[in-house]
Amino acid sequence: MIFEGTVHKYGRDVDTDVIIPARYLNTSDHAELAKHAMEDIDAGFVDRVRPGDIIVADENFGCGSSREHAPVAIKHAGVSVVVAASFARIFYRNAINTGLPIVVCPEAAAAAQTGDRLKVDLAAGTVENLTRGTKYDAEAFPPFMQELIDRGGLLEYVKLRVAEEGA
Amino acid sequence: MGSTITEKILARAAGAGQVHAGDIIEAKIDLALANDITAPLAIAEFEKAGFTKVFDPARIALVPDHFTPNKDIKAAGQSKVVREFARKHEIVNYFEVGRVGIEHVALPDTGMVAPGDVVVGADSHTCTYGAVAAFSTGMGSTDFAAAMAWGHVWLRVPESVKFVYSGRPQPWVTGKDLILHTIGLIGVDGALYQAMEFTGEAVEALSMDERFTMCNMAIEAGGKNGIVGFDEKTTRFLQSRPEGSRARTAGTVFASDEDAEFARVVEIDASAVPLTVSRPHLPSNTAAASGLADVAIDQVVIGSCTNGRIDDLRQAASILRGRKVHPDVRCIILPGTQQVSLDAIADGTMQTLIEAGCAFSTPTCGACLGGHMGVLAEGERAVATTNRNFVGRMGHPGAEVYLASPYVAAASAVAGHVATPEEVGAEQGGAR
Repeated sequence: MIFEGTVHKYGRDVDTDVIIPARYLNTSDHAELAKHAMEDIDAGFVDRVRPGDIIVADENFGCGSSREHAPVAIKHAGVSVVVAASFARIFYRNAINTGLPIVVCPEAAAAAQTGDRLKVDLAAGTVENLTRGTKYDAEAFPPFMQELIDRGGLLEYVKLRVAEEGA
Repeated sequence: MGSTITEKILARAAGAGQVHAGDIIEAKIDLALANDITAPLAIAEFEKAGFTKVFDPARIALVPDHFTPNKDIKAAGQSKVVREFARKHEIVNYFEVGRVGIEHVALPDTGMVAPGDVVVGADSHTCTYGAVAAFSTGMGSTDFAAAMAWGHVWLRVPESVKFVYSGRPQPWVTGKDLILHTIGLIGVDGALYQAMEFTGEAVEALSMDERFTMCNMAIEAGGKNGIVGFDEKTTRFLQSRPEGSRARTAGTVFASDEDAEFARVVEIDASAVPLTVSRPHLPSNTAAASGLADVAIDQVVIGSCTNGRIDDLRQAASILRGRKVHPDVRCIILPGTQQVSLDAIADGTMQTLIEAGCAFSTPTCGACLGGHMGVLAEGERAVATTNRNFVGRMGHPGAEVYLASPYVAAASAVAGHVATPEEVGAEQGGAR
């Protein structure tokens, strides 16, 4: 998959409380959650974001709580992919599990600024900054993670495993 | 090459002789848990995937604790989803409001975790149970849905970081100060994806309640799990759980080998750790409490899964006994469980706190995550014994949270600003 979009750039340690504040967690409705994506770090985000846009951040994106509502809110707000220097552990799992594409690429994250156009090629594992004319290699997923993604996600994989064990 | 305690537990759960940091394993789960915020998403995924039964109704815990007692109509709807699922699948460990309380205090207290267990929870502070020498880690809702269906979880075996706390802490310095200090030292991603193994004479000297506090905050350094080795205090704690409980009847004791491989070793002189406070807006933004007297406050929160155990409330009461909460401060107590409340009644702790002017709540996560029971307005400032001080964590994004121990929080409630027990004239000695 190839995504091309405009960058919304943030710093390090963007936590899940600012991605989707707990005051909105009294619902599991994806569209409702999306209305408040990034609200406490960037109040105008949901008004500015366009379908396909790309969030770029420095280290430890998604630190804090285990709320899966965070990648869900980002995805349903229209973001195509998140590029970061590193991701917090639970957010990383949650993004894979909810189908929000994420890419680890410290060099691309450091160079990108809000407003830049980025092209992310997941299959090739590259991040291209069209505004600055630079191209970077992203970190590959560990083979097991790639297998999970290729099989359609964790629950598809688990369905197979449960069926195997029950047989 | 030997193994760490974390590697040994995961090897057992994977049915393997030995596992090493970096290995991807499928581990058998002893307990999986979720709450009123994370379970509804998981239930939706579980049902959407077409699963019709859980792997073992006795090994799943559903604890509605975040927005309960239901704070509004939407939250009531979320709780209802969890309750109906629990009934349908005959979940043995469904804990209704009024029965038990905050998940990470409740589950070890009711004896649901044994040493050597693998526990996964759809809540980041699931790492708490490392205090009983178990492996426990937080995940999201889809992972929990998978765990409910499969009874296994895929994990990357983490590298371990060994923290060695030498020396004897200063008076009033608790496990909370040690862990805040540690996070300040290594940063909020200082142990990203790693196991944090807490060792050394100062950790051995800590009460079980303080060990729970330290393991609870491993996630605030990015850690996968926090863990403390098994000793006679662990035995005493486990043997005082309810008769027939898992803590009394199950489990395997593991210890790190002398030649286990650690990614690094961090030596900390516990005698030099001050009463520590994390300033807004990161747990790593630490400073000595003694230097923050100019920080005036509006609210104090004592409790939560981090510091809502009976020792914590006793520590707070030892400062508040015979003193009053400052007129400009609201001091809210969030006990971990109904048993903590009963213990606080039995020894007079609750009376002390109420007489001092504290509001004593029913167990709930409530204010910790800005849900209810103590939400902050714009420009307000709180000292809290909770675990996070991110922007907007306790309410308005323009509010501020200072994280501290129960001693410092109680002293601050009296002083009306960030304060140490000495500043409000408390007798030295503390709980030790």
